[in-house]
Amino acid sequence: MSSTTNTPTHHTSTIGAIGAPSRRNTELALLLFAVVIPVFAYANVGLAIDDKVPAGLLSYGLGLGLLAGVGHLAVRKFAPYADPLLLPLATLLNGLGLVVIWRLDQSKLLQSLPTYVAAAPRQLLYTALGIALFVVVLIFLKDHRVLQRYTYISMFGALVLLILPLVPGLGANIYGAKIWIRVPGLGSLQPGEFAKIALAVFFAGYLMVKRDALALASRRFMGLYLPRGRDLGPILVVWLMSILILVFETDLGTSLLFFGMFVIMLYVATERTSWIVFGLLMSAAGAVGVASFEPHVQQRVQAWLDPMKEYKLSQAGVAGHSEQSMQALWAFGSGGTLGTGLGQGHSDLIRFAANSDFILATFGEELGLAGIMAVLLIYGLIVERGVRTALAARDPFGKLLAVGLSGAFALQVFVVAGGVMGLIPLTGMTMPFVAYGGSSVLANWALIGILIRISDTARRPAPAPATNPDVEMTQVVRPS
Amino acid sequence: MNKPLRRIAIFCGLLVLTLLLRDNWLQYVKADSLKDDPKNRRVTIARYSTPRGDIIVDGDPITGSTKTSKSGLNDLEYKRTYKDGPMWAPVTGYASQAFGANQLESIEDGILTGTDDRLFFRNTLDMITGKQKQGGNVVTTLNAAAQKAAYDGLKKQGGKGAVAAIDPSTGKILALASYPSYDPSTFAGNSTSTDSKNWTALQKKNNPSDPMLNRALRETYPPGSTFKVVTAAAALENGLYTSADEATDSPLPYIMKGTTTELKNEGNIPCKNATLRIALRYSCNTVFGKIGSDLGNDKMLAEAKKFGFDSEQFTPVRSSASVFSDNMNSSQTALSSIGQFNTAATPLQMAMVASAVANNGKLMKPYMVDKLQSSNLDTISQTEPEELSQPLSAKNAQILQSMMETVVKEGTGTKAQISGVTVGGKTGTAQHGVENSENPYAWFISYAKLPDGSSPVAVATVIEDDNANRDDISGGGLAAPIAKSVMEAVINSKK
Repeated sequence: MSSTTNTPTHHTSTIGAIGAPSRRNTELALLLFAVVIPVFAYANVGLAIDDKVPAGLLSYGLGLGLLAGVGHLAVRKFAPYADPLLLPLATLLNGLGLVVIWRLDQSKLLQSLPTYVAAAPRQLLYTALGIALFVVVLIFLKDHRVLQRYTYISMFGALVLLILPLVPGLGANIYGAKIWIRVPGLGSLQPGEFAKIALAVFFAGYLMVKRDALALASRRFMGLYLPRGRDLGPILVVWLMSILILVFETDLGTSLLFFGMFVIMLYVATERTSWIVFGLLMSAAGAVGVASFEPHVQQRVQAWLDPMKEYKLSQAGVAGHSEQSMQALWAFGSGGTLGTGLGQGHSDLIRFAANSDFILATFGEELGLAGIMAVLLIYGLIVERGVRTALAARDPFGKLLAVGLSGAFALQVFVVAGGVMGLIPLTGMTMPFVAYGGSSVLANWALIGILIRISDTARRPAPAPATNPDVEMTQVVRPS
Repeated sequence: MNKPLRRIAIFCGLLVLTLLLRDNWLQYVKADSLKDDPKNRRVTIARYSTPRGDIIVDGDPITGSTKTSKSGLNDLEYKRTYKDGPMWAPVTGYASQAFGANQLESIEDGILTGTDDRLFFRNTLDMITGKQKQGGNVVTTLNAAAQKAAYDGLKKQGGKGAVAAIDPSTGKILALASYPSYDPSTFAGNSTSTDSKNWTALQKKNNPSDPMLNRALRETYPPGSTFKVVTAAAALENGLYTSADEATDSPLPYIMKGTTTELKNEGNIPCKNATLRIALRYSCNTVFGKIGSDLGNDKMLAEAKKFGFDSEQFTPVRSSASVFSDNMNSSQTALSSIGQFNTAATPLQMAMVASAVANNGKLMKPYMVDKLQSSNLDTISQTEPEELSQPLSAKNAQILQSMMETVVKEGTGTKAQISGVTVGGKTGTAQHGVENSENPYAWFISYAKLPDGSSPVAVATVIEDDNANRDDISGGGLAAPIAKSVMEAVINSKK
């Protein structure tokens, strides 16, 4: 029966994939690399900085190996048919991120900053929590369709999470962007990272129900299917929400991320290109509109257009200007094709946020063009595995949720990497998995958990047809 | 839903592709310009990550490098040091961790830090053998004894001033002193408490005597009567007069053409129809003013340009362009021809004038870098002497020499006499300030000629002394003794 899965006509559907290999051993082999590569990188940093293998190498290697092992066992037990690439890729990025964070911890320049904390041990803790969350998702989310029931609760949750940073006393304005909350004893949290998942659940549930109305009831105009006025409602609401985020939290990245995710999901749900056109027009109008009066956004755009001027202003001591953009560009340029080697660059010159928003610059300087290309391709691979999962999923909710999460992940990578590399204005988001930050690590491990759950469901062999007494009954109908 | 999903997959792929392209642009196409951007801190870190190569005079380094304390946030491992910093500052310039570099330190930075492409092979070899990258050396043409004589002379004098000395036959710069000077060691580091304070104190706005100005190369002064050597050369070259001892057509008093103003001489001196020799000996304004007026602006300008006026010299440290103006009327040309009006010259320029006369009319291109060496003393590049122009024929040069030698033997320049050596020279006292209210500049240009006919040194000295008595200032009195000691130092070092 397994031969049916190999026929070209069925290549996107795994229905009937009875006996398909679970690929768990492939995953284990890949995980081995995902642990060994960061361990070598860690040794490399120690040798470059202190001329000796770092003392924590063994515990670090064992720790990362243990975490990866736990993740793998959970997948083997609770999602045996899951995609074999997602866990190793995420582990590799997380491990490399830890190494680079530890490397930046060794910088005397960064140690002298008032905001300095030894970030690597904390990040290791966040990673452990992240993988714990990943396991929890696998254990308790037996079927992703359960999430459908929480469509509107998710919406409510996402809105609360998004509004939290604006609550007086709770929110914190860190260098212009109000996307943080301070929890006493826990430190800072970026609720937007979690809102991303909640919103994906809400959009998937909502669109699954409304997709026919949105797709079919439309007028054709100049080759485009224009939606009816009343169907424009939801997209207008989400658009407005994004604008409000931009205005009140002054965060271009989060705003772009949510709106982009919604447009992607809307397009997939309705198969109407017109939504894309609408989405692009609306986001352009919104961005230009807000930029015309919001000084923080204007300044980000100015810094993007002329980073050197921004650098000079910051050197001249003009308040509100930052040398970071230019320092990041210098870091990339100084890395060149092959990089300086781990531990031998000077990306600490970026100072504040060198290990979070700007961590990619350290990759660029120390691992060079080659390293950044590899890292970007790993991100690309995660995204494409996510979209592949959406293709393979058998239910529309699963398809929408998987594509929403993967699309959001792709947009986030684009917005952050593009910002740091000066392709687009800089935003206050972090590179998933590699950047220092608990919220980001936790939320992205949860995201990978959900994708793994969907892919497991998608690739799981269909149960053998049960003998249904009703079937026989209908067959033995006789005229009486 | 699968068709849009595939399109989304392509879209996400394009996002990643865009990032890859951008990264290639940044890290491949733009990499070098970002990496070498002088504002990029890494450039400074690299410059001071290894001991800097040295600047060498007479086989001895006049610079050095010292390890800085690695405490705190100091990311720069080595710091520049200077021996006799104030004396050599006009040659070396400075290399400061906090304030960048200038002059030789900046121009030859690639060699000194070891990043120059010409050191590529050496560096690759060092990388393979595991040796630390080392900077190369810059070997200068300077003469330590002459430089010391020049600097000490200026220092003893106490006022502002400068000396430039050249080897006439090659163009090698032998001395280049400026006073008051500064010690580049005092701000070579990046400490805000000491280096920044010292730097700030040296800036012109805080120190009116402007010690960081390289007067030998960058300051132009009215050359006064020393310019009469150029005017005399123009008269001989253009055939206005053909010998030193032929009477000139020079009325006294001389009313400048097109004006009713009389051009006066300093004191009652025998200038009426004087020969060129007598006119130069007594420094007759009337004779040389009229020569300039007779020859006209164009011919005077052409001759001045042949001597190097109106163009910058790259030694390789840039010197300011000396000035002889164009489009002047007859009386302005007359004034310019005695080194007044717009005429202005750097000490280097006037040393070039003396050197061209001494070198039988050939002007050699002045230079101060003899060769560049790699860290293991292999020569990477050697500067060859180069003829810049021939302002006057050998015959006319010899006529001019005999005139200048008369000046030192029995004229205004007797204080420059050296026993056993023939010295030719010309004094100058240039007026400046509105209505000549300020103290004039004392000039002396000269060359020495050994008994074998060779000429090892030509010197120009200028002194601007605000404190001296106005009557005391004369090229012969203040500037000639310094020129003499510089020439003696060069001659003695040849023995």
